[in-house]
Amino acid sequence: MTDWPVLSAVTFMPLVGVLLLLLTREDSAYGRRNILNVSLLTTILTFAVSVYIWYQFDSSNPGFQMIEKHEWLGTGISYHLGIDGISMLFVVLSAFLMPFCVLASWLSIEKRLKAYMIAFLVLETFMIGVFVSLDIVLFYVFFEAGLIPMFLIIGVWGGKDRVYASYKFFLYTLLGSVLMLLAIMAMYWQAGTTDITQLLAYNFPRQMQTWLWLAFFASFAVKMPMWPVHTWLPDAHVQAPTAGSVILAGVLLKLGGYGFLRFSLPMFPLASDYFAPFVFTLSVVAIIYTSLVALMQTDIKKLIAYSSVAHMGYVTMGIFAANVQGVQGAIFQMLSHGIVSGALFLCVGVVYDRLHTREIAAYGGLVNNMPKYAVAFMVFTMANVGLPGTSSFVGEVLTLVGAFRANTWVALFATSGVILSAAYALWLYRRVVFGALEKESLKTLLDLSPREKAILYPLVILTIFFGVYPAPIFDATAASVDLLVNNYSAALQAAQNVALSVQ
Amino acid sequence: MTAETLLASLQLSIPELILAVGAMALLMIGVFSGEKSASTVTGLAVAVLIIAGLWLVLKTGEGEAYGGAFLSDPFAKFMKVLALIGSITALVMTVGHARSAQIDRFEFPVLLVLATLGMLLMISANDMISLYLSLELQSLALYVVAAINRDSVRSTEAGLKYFVLGALSSGMLLYGMSLIYGFTGHTGFTQIAAALTAEGRSLGLIFGLVFVLAGLAFKISAVPFHMWTPDVYEGAPTPVTAFFAAAPKVAAMAILVRIVINAFEPVVADWQQIIVFISIASMLLGAFAAIGQKNIKRLMAYSSISHMGYALVGLAAGSMAGVRGVLLYMLIYMVMTLGTFACILAMRRKEGENVENVDDLAGLSQTNPFMATVLTVLMFSLAGIPPMAGFFGKYFVFMAAIEAQLYALAIIGVLASVVGAYYYLRVIKVMWFDDAKGEFARTAGELRLVFGLSGLFVLGYVLIGGPLGNAAEVAARTFF
Repeated sequence: MTDWPVLSAVTFMPLVGVLLLLLTREDSAYGRRNILNVSLLTTILTFAVSVYIWYQFDSSNPGFQMIEKHEWLGTGISYHLGIDGISMLFVVLSAFLMPFCVLASWLSIEKRLKAYMIAFLVLETFMIGVFVSLDIVLFYVFFEAGLIPMFLIIGVWGGKDRVYASYKFFLYTLLGSVLMLLAIMAMYWQAGTTDITQLLAYNFPRQMQTWLWLAFFASFAVKMPMWPVHTWLPDAHVQAPTAGSVILAGVLLKLGGYGFLRFSLPMFPLASDYFAPFVFTLSVVAIIYTSLVALMQTDIKKLIAYSSVAHMGYVTMGIFAANVQGVQGAIFQMLSHGIVSGALFLCVGVVYDRLHTREIAAYGGLVNNMPKYAVAFMVFTMANVGLPGTSSFVGEVLTLVGAFRANTWVALFATSGVILSAAYALWLYRRVVFGALEKESLKTLLDLSPREKAILYPLVILTIFFGVYPAPIFDATAASVDLLVNNYSAALQAAQNVALSVQ
Repeated sequence: MTAETLLASLQLSIPELILAVGAMALLMIGVFSGEKSASTVTGLAVAVLIIAGLWLVLKTGEGEAYGGAFLSDPFAKFMKVLALIGSITALVMTVGHARSAQIDRFEFPVLLVLATLGMLLMISANDMISLYLSLELQSLALYVVAAINRDSVRSTEAGLKYFVLGALSSGMLLYGMSLIYGFTGHTGFTQIAAALTAEGRSLGLIFGLVFVLAGLAFKISAVPFHMWTPDVYEGAPTPVTAFFAAAPKVAAMAILVRIVINAFEPVVADWQQIIVFISIASMLLGAFAAIGQKNIKRLMAYSSISHMGYALVGLAAGSMAGVRGVLLYMLIYMVMTLGTFACILAMRRKEGENVENVDDLAGLSQTNPFMATVLTVLMFSLAGIPPMAGFFGKYFVFMAAIEAQLYALAIIGVLASVVGAYYYLRVIKVMWFDDAKGEFARTAGELRLVFGLSGLFVLGYVLIGGPLGNAAEVAARTFF
């Protein structure tokens, strides 16, 4: 245990960076450099603190650690922070991706750089806050607040249809969330607390669980996003600037999965069990249908966006399989997808910065003059396919094993999705990278700059590292996942016993 | 009434006395020093309001006065402080705009002080008669203020419309009161409640209740008695609109809370369904009708209609948590509204003309980043997005609704808030996503102060929400 509030530090450190940024001036090249340096330094320091948290983290303890608790707004709402094996790595992931976002925006953001960086740093605070909150209202505050900076990022620095995309993003996710808010209030009146640790121990009546589960599902399914409420994602991804897409795919999509793991599964076990077939159906449809849709895309970013929806299908499937393999796999898949999809968007950003188009047809033969880029892109494409040796493989296999134990048909259909993902990913790669270098506009393109190497190479290494040696992640999550799954089956067992004794 | 009780009564109502005497003195000063005295009188009026406020907070005790017609309790104190802050801020905001809005007459601050006096009396009213008198004192002052720009057709139209519809609502209120008196035999709130508990309700009383609620719903501009709001908001000079949107709403909401919770406590089921209906209708109409608005004052009018709907959600619950929610909601609503109107007042082109279309804000984030940021924060807050104060306002009222198991009301309410988010986002979109069309003139210091403080409050609510929540709780405990 540490005696200083390390979780508050990691959460609010980006805001310190915001304060510094407010003091800078934007009008000269010198000022621009200042802004970039301050942002980069803040994000790196935040990441360092998050690594320190990982280092301090006691993986044998399945409960919450590094607790901070203070009275807050009255009516039981408290400022309560803490992490366990499920949330800890998401904090690290969020902090890890931010420096890459700053680097990716180094040159591509030409207007209003200061506001842009402020939006990103504020977003980082909200994202980390979601994962460390142990009070459900505090969680909701962070969860919703993240919409504000993202709305501005898409709307101000986005592409041509940015206004439409930002509205759709905002209103869609808000609509999902407000029902969750009502569910939170209902939980408060039922259990008399908004403290997550106490809510986890509370047994909600079966009838109520159903409604609460549905309300939470409305929010998390949109955030995830699950088919059929995924339509905001392709628009948001395509229009967002590169760094925005990275954060969207890397972290914001994980909020839904994290929510399922933190609330739906442990707090409403009976309802989760009841609705599991429903979630499986949606997941399988997502995996197959969105993979097919991805095949037909002409826009690189849109293709990756649809593939994200498909990959999130594995996550929901794994979570609601509700066994150790499924849940471990889901967490691993989310972390791995955070790195891989983030990296893919960064790859798109590299060529987009050069050519300012995302049409697949505008590319071809890049391997000839951008060999280093081609290699990096290949690693991530393979990871997207789920090739053994990349981190995605571990996650996908585990979720499939988990699903197989729960329902073989689900596993059967979901596995076919792996083939489809190979089809769209490899085809995309062929069209962009291979072939003859014929287009005039492409001939002058330069290979990766040092800055771009600094962005892509660490991600390449991590993708392969976690594909070969996933142990560090499993070590951290194992104890908490065991506890989660055991509690879940115990709750189901207890309900069954009650039902039997009534008969 | 003996001299002693009279003295005790006077002591409890000293803030009101300060305002009454102050208003007359100001009128004298104005009359004797002529037309040029407008700014002096404004300054003195602010001073009078501040003195009354300080006395209220520091010196005023609690208890009944004037034979039970006037009540000084924590609830009244809380709402009076809000009303005074609203009036003071509105008055301060007129300083730089008095000339251009043609309201630079000394009558204007005097009328505002009189209206505020009416509000304070109304908040403390514990009897149908004192309620009606104070309501009329407030309303008559407001009718004149709405039409204060005599040379503007729109302003006089707004004043006339407000007056005609207001007179109608007063008539309804009075008719309802007479029915209630007829069927219970009392005008005092406490006695009415006692009579209802003893004798049960009769059909005539329900008629009276409906008429009274209709009359009060008009004052808070709740649907279906909202028709005057957009026209009056748009037609009245902007500083006047800023005043209309804040303090009178607080006072009317206060008396509505008091009358249903105090006098009609025994017939909860009867008024609850009325309030639920009014609330749902206000939230929905406010959300949908604002979508097409181009004029930002009209937009704010519909916004205030929907906000009254949200505040009524708390009242509909009829519980301690509900009243607490209403109090916090009115506090937060008032701060947001005043801040937004300060921004609207600052929408003045370099050439000196005031503009009031949403599109005129285009590109504000580049020309005036500070104001754009504050207005963005306020808009997100009005939309109820955390971590802004507006979210917590909504949180507490919906929390009360869930406790009272008004699930349909709560679900419709939050869905309406999503619809409402659309038009607040449009203001933000215009400021941030669109290119600048022209610059505004330098913002006056007092306006910057008002919207700066308001933005700070809205952002900082997460830090100061605890003590404010406690204050609201103490005030709400008055009734339970």
